[in-house]
Amino acid sequence: MTSLTLFYIGLYYFAALVLIGGLAYRIVEYSRTPAPLKIPTTPAPTTHLGVAARMAREVVLFESLFKSNKWIWVFGWLFHVGLALVLARHVRYFQEPVWFWVEFVQPFGKYASFMMLAGLAGLWARRFLVDRVRYISTPSDHLMLALLIAIGLTGVVMSFVSHTDIIALKAFALGLMTFDWQPLPADGPLLAHLFLVALLMIIFPVSKLLHAPGIFFSPTRNQADNPRETRHIAPWAAALERDNG
Amino acid sequence: MAGPEFEVPTLTEYTDVPKIKPGAMAHVKSFVAPQGPQDFLGYPFKLGEDWKERAIDKMGDLLGKYRSLRVFMDACVHCGACTDKCHYFLGTADPNNMPVARQELMRKVYRRYFTLPGKIAPWLVGAADLTEDVLNQWYNYYHQCSECRRCSVYCPYGIDTAEVTMAGREILNHVGMGQKYSNEILVKVQKIGNNLGLPGPALEDTLLGLEEDMEADTGVPVKMPLDVAGAEILLVTPSADFFSEPHVDSLIGYAKVFHAAGASWTLSSKASEAGNFGLFSGNYETMRKVAMRIRDAALELGVKRIIVGECGHAWRVAYSFWNTLTGIGFDGKDPFSIELQQQLDPRYPQPMHICEYTWDLIQKGVLKFDKSLNDDRVITYHDSCNVSRGSRMGDEPGGQFEIPRNIIKAVANNFHDMAGETIREGTFCCGGGGGLLTDDLIEVRVKGALPRMNAYNNVVQKDKVNFLALICAICKAQFTKVLPYYGFDRGSVGGVHQLVSTAIKLD
Repeated sequence: MTSLTLFYIGLYYFAALVLIGGLAYRIVEYSRTPAPLKIPTTPAPTTHLGVAARMAREVVLFESLFKSNKWIWVFGWLFHVGLALVLARHVRYFQEPVWFWVEFVQPFGKYASFMMLAGLAGLWARRFLVDRVRYISTPSDHLMLALLIAIGLTGVVMSFVSHTDIIALKAFALGLMTFDWQPLPADGPLLAHLFLVALLMIIFPVSKLLHAPGIFFSPTRNQADNPRETRHIAPWAAALERDNG
Repeated sequence: MAGPEFEVPTLTEYTDVPKIKPGAMAHVKSFVAPQGPQDFLGYPFKLGEDWKERAIDKMGDLLGKYRSLRVFMDACVHCGACTDKCHYFLGTADPNNMPVARQELMRKVYRRYFTLPGKIAPWLVGAADLTEDVLNQWYNYYHQCSECRRCSVYCPYGIDTAEVTMAGREILNHVGMGQKYSNEILVKVQKIGNNLGLPGPALEDTLLGLEEDMEADTGVPVKMPLDVAGAEILLVTPSADFFSEPHVDSLIGYAKVFHAAGASWTLSSKASEAGNFGLFSGNYETMRKVAMRIRDAALELGVKRIIVGECGHAWRVAYSFWNTLTGIGFDGKDPFSIELQQQLDPRYPQPMHICEYTWDLIQKGVLKFDKSLNDDRVITYHDSCNVSRGSRMGDEPGGQFEIPRNIIKAVANNFHDMAGETIREGTFCCGGGGGLLTDDLIEVRVKGALPRMNAYNNVVQKDKVNFLALICAICKAQFTKVLPYYGFDRGSVGGVHQLVSTAIKLD
């Protein structure tokens, strides 16, 4: 076991801990914070089933963004769908045998990386070209895009230019999960790719990537429009009512 | 009248997205509330030594009480979808009037004091210390937001700048920087019973005068009952309906509808105000106190139904919040709610909008109209923001758009909608909502009206429209003031029930 392998083993346990622990903390925090008033952006569905459908349209199709700006929608959707396919493709490194749908998605996932990169490039270009977006962009907005593009590029290099020892990599990944640690191939692109992904996992719970869990807790999107039929009251507001009558 | 001390925007066919002009509106500062109203509302009236701690503490308190604020502080990715959606940005080009930038004024402070990266590397993530400069920016720009929620329609995460503005104003109040206009109104409504500060006897006189006028006009003794115990319906309407033009014409409209329906109804001197400025500063307790007057009046008078007049933010508070705040509605399982529910008639939604009431009667064939009496009017309809994006009418989502239009079409022959992207859920604010309807903000109001004025101008040119119908007291007052800046007649604004009033047949 080389010190390089040991470093990456340590890095990934740490990153996984931060990602899972951090996200769990955020989700608990969001769910424990009450929404004292009914504030769905109307017109809104009147039933919970309708709310689920609205949320699904937001998460899968980016419905509100589509209404808003077709360029951001195109780039944002390309990136996210590309990323989803690429992530789905990566599932095979963590299982043996591999599920059917993971096999099925392999060729799509391979080329989806270009979709993802095209989307990211478009989003980054807007940060320079549109004066309004330039005004609101912080250094971390640029670095986040740089990080995602670097992850995408190192991945593409391994898929299409300089393959890594994929058998050994899979053994490494499975070893991480079963605590039966295996050596990591010492290829430049792979090491860079894995390092950047770990970095992304670590910053996820303290960055704007919280939009992913956040949308499910957004009261303007997840509340049903039924305030006349249902009395909605937060615990701290109910306490206020008891005290003041 | 002296000319404006600022440049009134030129009307164009489409509202173009301007190039940003940083600082373009930094000079606009609404008058700060003096000691009187701040004392009454329980806030300091000037910055104390510890203002910064108070501000951060209050922010922490709100982050713990409001999921909206908590999630909205974290979720924004700076995608830019909202940047061209605010009427104040479109009218002023000041980038701090872009919804995301308005939120960032608070978010940068949130990051600095409440997030790890903001504590470690503020320069990297756009975090900043809370300084007096930042606080002043908050004051200026949180009073250039009408809380209209247009941005929240277009945000992929539903981030609603109104929630951030409310939190900002609440924190400002807590450090002694309240807004004079809104806070004085909050005092008047709690001390006297309405936002205009009209005492009961003045209201009684006004209603008697209106009854005489109506009888002289129509030959029919239409009544405006006040404080009638045992009436079936309590009408709660914005106090502007009693004294302002063109508001009063809608009040006459409601009275005629009740008369034609043979309804037993009453106004209340205690609840002589539907408006609730507690919404604008986002203080739950204040909003609840103001709303409780209506519950108390309903219990005292023993009414079976509560109907709300033409007022946008009042309808949002009534429809969306009254059940929560005061138990006016259904499904409450606690004694507080049950007490009122036992009295209210479960066959009707509670509360009900006057447009829902009138449309229901029209559908049942109870009301008769001579539509030709409105033939001198070519009408368009302005969807008011709080009605459109913060409430509903009828049983179906979007009823808040259809029902007022259905009423107009039932009482008048000439109706044309404005451009699709400027109405319904995408409607542009009048420019005067959310506590900005004050002369010290006239520049913001005039410039913020630009997108609506452009859309209105298009139907004026194309369809010869001469009447802007709507159902909001603030919109009525705002347009009456602002239309002349753009070369339109101030008299071309009016309520939907003003049109009903013109055409209704009484006997």
